[in-house]
Amino acid sequence: MTTTAALPLVEQFSHGLDAPICLTWELTYACNLSCVHCLSSSGRRDPRELSTAQCRAVIDELQRMQVFYVNIGGGEPTVRPDFWDLLDYATGHDVGVKFSTNGVKITPAIARRLAGRDYVDVQISLDGATAEVNDAVRGPGSYGTALRAMRNLAGAGFTGFKISVVMTRHNVGQLDQFKALADSLGAQLRLTRLRPSGRGADVWDELHLTAGQQRQLYDWLVAHGDSVLTGDSFFHLSGYGSALPGLNLCGAGRVVCLIDPVGDVYACPFAIHPAFLAGNVGEPGGFTRVWRESELFAGLRQPQSGGACESCAAYGSCRGGCMAAKFFTGLPLDGPDPECVHGHGERALATAGTAAAPRPAGDHSHRTSPRRGPVPLELSRRPPEPAQPPSARSGDRGGPGGRPPGPAERACNASPLAGFAPPDG
Amino acid sequence: MACAVSTEARFDLDVAWRLAPQVQVRPERFGALLYHFGTRQLSFLKSPALLAVVRGLATQPSARAACQAADVPDAQLPSYRRALGTLAAAQMICRQEAA
Repeated sequence: MTTTAALPLVEQFSHGLDAPICLTWELTYACNLSCVHCLSSSGRRDPRELSTAQCRAVIDELQRMQVFYVNIGGGEPTVRPDFWDLLDYATGHDVGVKFSTNGVKITPAIARRLAGRDYVDVQISLDGATAEVNDAVRGPGSYGTALRAMRNLAGAGFTGFKISVVMTRHNVGQLDQFKALADSLGAQLRLTRLRPSGRGADVWDELHLTAGQQRQLYDWLVAHGDSVLTGDSFFHLSGYGSALPGLNLCGAGRVVCLIDPVGDVYACPFAIHPAFLAGNVGEPGGFTRVWRESELFAGLRQPQSGGACESCAAYGSCRGGCMAAKFFTGLPLDGPDPECVHGHGERALATAGTAAAPRPAGDHSHRTSPRRGPVPLELSRRPPEPAQPPSARSGDRGGPGGRPPGPAERACNASPLAGFAPPDG
Repeated sequence: MACAVSTEARFDLDVAWRLAPQVQVRPERFGALLYHFGTRQLSFLKSPALLAVVRGLATQPSARAACQAADVPDAQLPSYRRALGTLAAAQMICRQEAA
């Protein structure tokens, strides 16, 4: 605007906001599944889990802060007996809810209850377009559970629910199948990045995309970006050239944070580790004080050094990538992303060695039947899609200085930032 | 509740506008965030001056009057018109008669 020498929004956000735009709240570590890549190492309920009254107090505070909506996850949030009551309480207090679920509790009756409610959105996790690919990661029967939930939602007239897919080496060849599934159910496809967080650290080496697959995904996103949500997951891929839709900024502690089931506040959902613990909602001043005054968040809102990346031509678009991905692979936070599209991450990993990687904290995994060995997946994958011409749609994607494209998901895993670009002065 | 359909190009400064139902405003240092609970869209007001205009819409007979009440110089009216047009297209603001 013309009133002041206003900084671009991305710069404004890097200095933090009075309240998060995008808040993830893991309601429980309890889960009926044991997904091999669970970013919160969920399984068993933590006995210190926030009570119903404590959760309501957090919702009251979010209402006062005008946090417009929260992304509720877990664990499996719907296994909390008070989940539906908390959902009603939040939406009754101007806090919209998008919750992530594996679908276990989405019966036809629940689906009817959810359908048509303005303040509620549902996200079903599915990590394979076929049972074979999905169940190898999420466990036997989980594909059927998710599909049943989706059909119940569609049958109840709930349109636009999300199908949320963590991209892996084994499902990246199924992108068109995922899209077709979403289209057939009136749902929207959401793709996110596999992080080496939680149990993801154990499987990252064998499941994260190869360099060729990253390019395949990027080209697919460039071709389908308008209709697919990404939660701004893949801003490290912007290093290929044109920026993908989104803020292309690590929002940790700036526009994003995580409240975990015991009320601990972390910089982002992928950073459950003491190094990123800012405080607890039960402390004096509550969540508001943690968000606005914690030393950790204050530090994250200071100008960050790009280190060696600053001399790279792609730094302006990738900004060095994901903080959590670097941290849990043992790379310095001012170094390259482990999946840097220019290969700097691979070289850094080779130098650092895996011994440098910090272990994720707070393991709530089921104690029975621990997974041993590689992900048990052997299948004949479809050949990769023919590569799209890299520049096929790049011209209208808002290149340097261009306006961001229209309504699309930005900033974090749910933030539907409209493409509002006020006049630049 | 439906809003009058508008586009940036055709945004009418000379009729009365208001924040749409289901839209909440959160002031921030740079301006404000708007959130529409129906469309689940978020928009940004990138300056306190634009926030003042938007907040004044409902009590003014026209968007032009709201701009004048917020001391927007005439020379800047075109850029404010574009910004308001974008908000209207996103259903963040709507015609008073349609509310």
